[in-house]
Amino acid sequence: MHDNEHTEHHHEESFIRKYIFSLDHKTIGKQFLIYGLIMFFVGGGLALLFRWQLAYPDQPLPIIGASQQYLDEGEVVTGADRMWERIYDSDKEEWLEVSMPSGVITPEFYNMLFTMHATIMVFFVVVPILVGAFGNFLIPLMIGTRDMAFPILNMLSFWLAVLAAIVMAIGFFVPGGHAAAGWTGYAPLSADPQWTGVEWGQNLWAISLLIQGFSSLVGSINYITTIINMRAPGMTFFRMPLVIWSLFIVAILLLLAFPVLSSALALLIFDRLAGTTFFSATAEGGGDPLLWQHLFWFFGHPEVYILILPGMGIASELIPVFSRKPIFGYRSMVYAMIAIAFLGWIVWGHHMFQSGMRPGMGNFFMTTTMLIAVPSAIKTFNWLGTMFRGSIRFTTPMLHGIAFVSMFVIGGLSGIYMANTPVDIYIHDTYYIVAHIHYVVFGGSLFAIFGGIIFWFPKMYGRYMNDALSKIHFWLTFIAFNCTFFPMHILGVGGHLRRIANPQQYEYLQVFEGMNIFITMSAFTLGFAQLILVFNYFWSMYKGKVAEQNPWHVNTLEWEAPTPVPHGNFGQIPTVYRGPYEYSVPGEESDWIPQAQPEHAPATSGD
Amino acid sequence: MEIVIRIRRKTENEKHLDYEIGIMMAQNNVEIRDRQPLSNARLGILVLLGAETMLFSGLIGTFLVFRVGNVTWPPPSHIGIELPRVVTGINTALLLLSGYTMFQAWRAIQKDRVKQLRNWLLITGVLGLLFLGVQGSEWVQLIRNGLTLQSGVYGGIFYVLIGCHAVHVLSAVIWVFIVFGMAMAGRFSASRYTGVDTCTIYWIFVVALWPILYVLVYLS
Ligand code: HEM
Ligand SMILES: [Cu+2]
Repeated sequence: MHDNEHTEHHHEESFIRKYIFSLDHKTIGKQFLIYGLIMFFVGGGLALLFRWQLAYPDQPLPIIGASQQYLDEGEVVTGADRMWERIYDSDKEEWLEVSMPSGVITPEFYNMLFTMHATIMVFFVVVPILVGAFGNFLIPLMIGTRDMAFPILNMLSFWLAVLAAIVMAIGFFVPGGHAAAGWTGYAPLSADPQWTGVEWGQNLWAISLLIQGFSSLVGSINYITTIINMRAPGMTFFRMPLVIWSLFIVAILLLLAFPVLSSALALLIFDRLAGTTFFSATAEGGGDPLLWQHLFWFFGHPEVYILILPGMGIASELIPVFSRKPIFGYRSMVYAMIAIAFLGWIVWGHHMFQSGMRPGMGNFFMTTTMLIAVPSAIKTFNWLGTMFRGSIRFTTPMLHGIAFVSMFVIGGLSGIYMANTPVDIYIHDTYYIVAHIHYVVFGGSLFAIFGGIIFWFPKMYGRYMNDALSKIHFWLTFIAFNCTFFPMHILGVGGHLRRIANPQQYEYLQVFEGMNIFITMSAFTLGFAQLILVFNYFWSMYKGKVAEQNPWHVNTLEWEAPTPVPHGNFGQIPTVYRGPYEYSVPGEESDWIPQAQPEHAPATSGD
Repeated sequence: MEIVIRIRRKTENEKHLDYEIGIMMAQNNVEIRDRQPLSNARLGILVLLGAETMLFSGLIGTFLVFRVGNVTWPPPSHIGIELPRVVTGINTALLLLSGYTMFQAWRAIQKDRVKQLRNWLLITGVLGLLFLGVQGSEWVQLIRNGLTLQSGVYGGIFYVLIGCHAVHVLSAVIWVFIVFGMAMAGRFSASRYTGVDTCTIYWIFVVALWPILYVLVYLS
């Protein structure tokens, strides 16, 4: 690694400057990735807690819950019993005692769990990884520049995200517990503490999201400026890899959508702390709870596309590389993403069919929502067209890419059902919605994230991830994911409401007990499978097989940079001569032609 | 004999040479790239204004929901409270004037007239402070008359929307004075005035936003 020694020689940096307060986009990208993975476990842990409650309502949790003897007769049998005994004996009101006495989740705690699960997954896992990690790592490398336009703002963006996470974490430990009004924070639940009993939890929730909004704002200013202004010579917009297109569009969406949520959050904070009544319909001069829903979903629907577009971008990189074929319909891919981003602004009402809306408006939102299926289908057929008759290599990243496409199709189809007002009146607020969300966000975005991590790991750390472990992780995840979320469609059609702490209370839901238990067992499997990924990640950072500069034979510019990529990325900034997907070009000897290879390269004759 | 030219895989030596050239270019800020119509700083600030526009759209949308949803405005409970239209109208003129003076500052530095730049910046900053002062005294008066943040949505959205703009004016004023300080230190010239440029764009945005708010909140 001659190049590498060279960099060290040229840029002497302290440990802190290099790994903590780094200005280098690659380090910031990795920081976002590790941040997202940590939060992934926090969010997943919360989910497993409430899954337990749904399968075994009001029974003590395994391991930390008290034993039956202790509950019945007060007899201390296990270590957990001893712990609870100590907690009850102490005079202080302990956190555990309030939220889950003897390991039994209270309904209030249950509300907090699902609220925080979704909040963390959306704002602290998927967006930081897709946009923060992949955006930072890939944009300068793939467009061929040395760093972001504003490196200091870039660092600021990461540390603001850390601050937001800290504020969010504090919320778990304040009296009254954390926010419990759902990740959508519907007023008046969120606006007036009397409904949920949550005081500072909800305030911190709002403040943390405001901070996260600043972080996104700074990040998107950086991304947009960098992509518009700093592309390598020859890197025209229509030679940009699709993942860069997706990140560009997402940056614009984030830029324009998040401030609307910020305005809503500010009004919410005023309602809670300054005695205004924007979201409470009090008798005299009061506001309107529906206003919150409009503001939230005006942000929220673009937000769900923020969650998926970079995933689509990543899939659009993985699939051509491992089919050894150009992406099918490059331009239509770009236009489809633009269409999705544009339509995303005028469909928010499909979340509010049940909230009370003029039927005419309902029809408008139904139609526009169904229209989104058109560009989504274009993309899907393009991916299939890319794979069709390709020489597919079933590497682990490719498996994730294929999983992405197939799971996204299921999620997209359920979306179309829900977009129909008459259908949605029946399935709104049931587990059908939960199934839809998870097919698009877990089945879609997360599979893309996993695939992307394995694919770019050699560029990030100069080593491969262990393939056996990656494969085990993939198959376990894929199977457990479907076992967890597919049955939720059935629950939903059976009328199983979401956000209820104890389905057994309702006679008509008692038939679903077995299914709920099955889902919970699958969810635990799914959760534990992710430990494999994280173990693999950190183990491979140090012990993985050393990778060459371009192990997958990819055309895009990030693979022109030496591995591991030095500060400043490239020696000389590469010049771009062609589009990113020239695989298996007829008449060419090699089945890939890097973007930086000059136009009229004399064909190499056989030697 | 055939000559085999390998383009794709460079030798270690060639790569090393590339690298040396690259580092040299980076150190001297030489970079080959396509022409940029807008500088990074300018583009960045324009992008920021996109976000600001959406923030205000959220608040203005909220205002409109309440305004349209109430048959009488102010709602019956607040009849008798008059927003100071005339004074605010004059204040509006003051702020628009500051937009003009800021523009003059920007023109001055383009012609390398540093002294004029300083004067125009100072005038702009003082006009901004005046605007804030007048608005502050209005608020004191309104609160005395019984219009507070808690006066239903009428008072609530008035203070939040106008206050949000005031915070923006305040930050713009601070920015103008920072730029003024930099101008005093002789940091700008006709070929180097990014600081003035970005500040001007921001100032013009904050000024241009105000008449919309004035018409909506005070006159509608
Ligand atoms: C073909 C595309 C899609 C259509 C037609 C569609 C349609 C819908 C509809 C109508 C709802 C509201 C259902 C209800 O609450 O009654 C919904 C909810 C939701 N969708 Fe989609 N969707 C699509 C794609 C996506 C994608 C790509 C994502 C995210 C990556 C997504 C994430 C969500 C989420 C998170 C919710 C639930 C929000 C909540 O209430 O908590 N959807 N979708
Ligand atoms: Cu939606």
